Amino acid sequence: MIKPLHTSSANDTAIRVRGLSKAYTIQKGGLEKQSTLAESALARLKNPLRRARTETFHALKDIDLDIKKGEVVGIIGRNGAGKSTLLKVLSRITYPTTGEIDLFGRVGSLLEVGTGFHPELTGRENIYLNGAILGMARSEIKTQFDAIVDFAGVEKFLDTPVKRYSSGMYVRLAFAVAAHLRTEILIVDEVLAVGDQEFQKKCLGKMQDISNKDGRAILFVSHNMAIINNLCNRAVLLNHGKVNYIGSIHEATEKYLLERNVTHAKHDKTQQISDLTLLSKNIATNNVLVGESLQARIGLNLGIEAKNIEIGIIFKDQFGDRIAAIQSRYNSGLVIHSSSISLVSCDMPKIMLVPGVYDLEVVLGDGVTVIERRDFLQYIEVVGADIFGTGFIPSRQQGKVIMKAEWSCNL
Amino acid sequence: MTSADTITLNTDNSQDDQQPREPGVDAPKPTVSIRPPKRWQAIDFKELWDFRDLLTAFALRDVKLRYKQTLLGAAWVVIQPLMGAGIFTFVFGVMAQLPTAGLPPFLVSFAGMFAWTAFSQTLSKTSGCMVANQNMVQKVYFPRMILPLAQVYSVLVDLAVSLLLVAVLLAIYQINPGWPILLLPVWMLALFMLALGFGMWTGALMVEYRDVRYVLPVVIQFAMYASPVGYMLIAVNEKVPDWAAQLYMLNPLASLIEGCRWSMLGVGELHTGYLIYSLSLSVGVFILGAYVFRGMERKFADVI
Repeated sequence: MIKPLHTSSANDTAIRVRGLSKAYTIQKGGLEKQSTLAESALARLKNPLRRARTETFHALKDIDLDIKKGEVVGIIGRNGAGKSTLLKVLSRITYPTTGEIDLFGRVGSLLEVGTGFHPELTGRENIYLNGAILGMARSEIKTQFDAIVDFAGVEKFLDTPVKRYSSGMYVRLAFAVAAHLRTEILIVDEVLAVGDQEFQKKCLGKMQDISNKDGRAILFVSHNMAIINNLCNRAVLLNHGKVNYIGSIHEATEKYLLERNVTHAKHDKTQQISDLTLLSKNIATNNVLVGESLQARIGLNLGIEAKNIEIGIIFKDQFGDRIAAIQSRYNSGLVIHSSSISLVSCDMPKIMLVPGVYDLEVVLGDGVTVIERRDFLQYIEVVGADIFGTGFIPSRQQGKVIMKAEWSCNL
Repeated sequence: MTSADTITLNTDNSQDDQQPREPGVDAPKPTVSIRPPKRWQAIDFKELWDFRDLLTAFALRDVKLRYKQTLLGAAWVVIQPLMGAGIFTFVFGVMAQLPTAGLPPFLVSFAGMFAWTAFSQTLSKTSGCMVANQNMVQKVYFPRMILPLAQVYSVLVDLAVSLLLVAVLLAIYQINPGWPILLLPVWMLALFMLALGFGMWTGALMVEYRDVRYVLPVVIQFAMYASPVGYMLIAVNEKVPDWAAQLYMLNPLASLIEGCRWSMLGVGELHTGYLIYSLSLSVGVFILGAYVFRGMERKFADVI
């Protein structure tokens, strides 16, 4: 097992976690837990003697963690790795099953922007309400009130119900309250994903300030590697509820990106999609420049009665949102009728996605149902390039896809 | 920075005996220690006190929100009990002509409604508050008991207005309740405890089983007719056989609501035995409800 980088010593520990596990009980056989009394009673009547067959699922398993005061630690990992559960346990929203957590200092947690904001209440009322929900005393909010309003830039609309706010204003106000939380430990989930770029920067700056000046510990979950890189001193990589790595951001990021590939290595005989290789200019790669071509080679291991087989590739962004989907029959009328076919290639002449990391999912179907779906089979990192020949390099600010356009004007 | 500086989850000292895995380090005492919860959790009054600002904030929110976007606004606080008492006066006073021991039927109904509203509002609000605030329960920590307690606050605001109305009515009808009025807080406190106890219990249950939401209103309605709200205990004693009246008194609300009316109007049929029974049941239900709530609290965020 990997030891924490810092073992706790004397007074500078902010968070100490030992042997933390969180288990959820789930009903076996894919059955939902009975949520009405009738169902519950019925289940009991049907099997009066047998206890409900349950299965234990460990969202977190034996986590050891030490975080010092003044540290900003990023928590990364795939969806379902246990990041959110860890934050929830640390912020006492849910309880651990086993283990010990000691927190040295007040904890403020920001798992969502504007928790408890009420649309009918005015900006002023919401500042007080939200502040109280985040754990601030009324006197504390009072002294910070002007700073909060100033940070959000909503002076004019203080006495307007927030339901009349634009979504930007709403987020800014909610964030402003949170940014003025003066706890020694701050726990932040992926909340920076909302709000405009400008304001995000302002928030990040504020957070950085806080950790530098006041020596507060910040725990931070994000899928955005750029933010993690900018903000954090250390990173914790979670995988299947366990700590996979603690240490430098660089190494953690690399391990994280590699990890997305592991399903690729695990080759199961029953799987008909055996692998996916990406090639750029005939060299296997996971990087491609914007506007360049990319070839995907899908290895197949089809069953005997292969018929009407069509293959699709889905591009998903860091948030798991589907960005593009390509499919053999739709794109080129390619349908496979023979089990002896073991390789399908797909040429994508121009990758017109904004720079970033995309996960690729391969789907195998027979025109009616999906036969097999393999998530995280590969990832592709799209790198910015001057594709318009104007010296401009597109970034995530441009949206999700890149469009070519011809501009002109009269005269 | 004063409010939550010293939150401790476990006031239990036995936790401190478990040595941390690195002995020899003279570690400072943690502000918060999180441990797997035990089946029965003590009620942490200190922590509740630390979060008193949140309690006020929740209560203020509810009071402010109640009459937003209504034409008559806060006037509803006055109109609602008057309407309720009016209906009861018509049904029990005018149509059924139940005995009122010489009191004007409207006043009898109004005093009954005053006590009943305190109970029923508290019960229905506390039982629903966990589910109504589920988003918050899943996203932020605070002692969960703050939510049901805040509901009492907002009921109290309505009651204060009703109490003024009672004073006005007493002046109009020229009734002086005398010293019994001093005991009004006792009955009210018992009613609140009873309502909170049931409310926390059903509220915790509702987190897992939403059926409670549909059953409770029916039960509350039944309880209203089974309690001396629109009529007095004297009517029960006169109209029903003795054994049924005794059965009727097993409803803890019977003595408490009659007690409230007696305190406000100076007339009522109170029985010390039943009063003690109602008062002790209220305290018992409150304590039990609070412990059940604490016991189920740890599951709220996972189940809700």
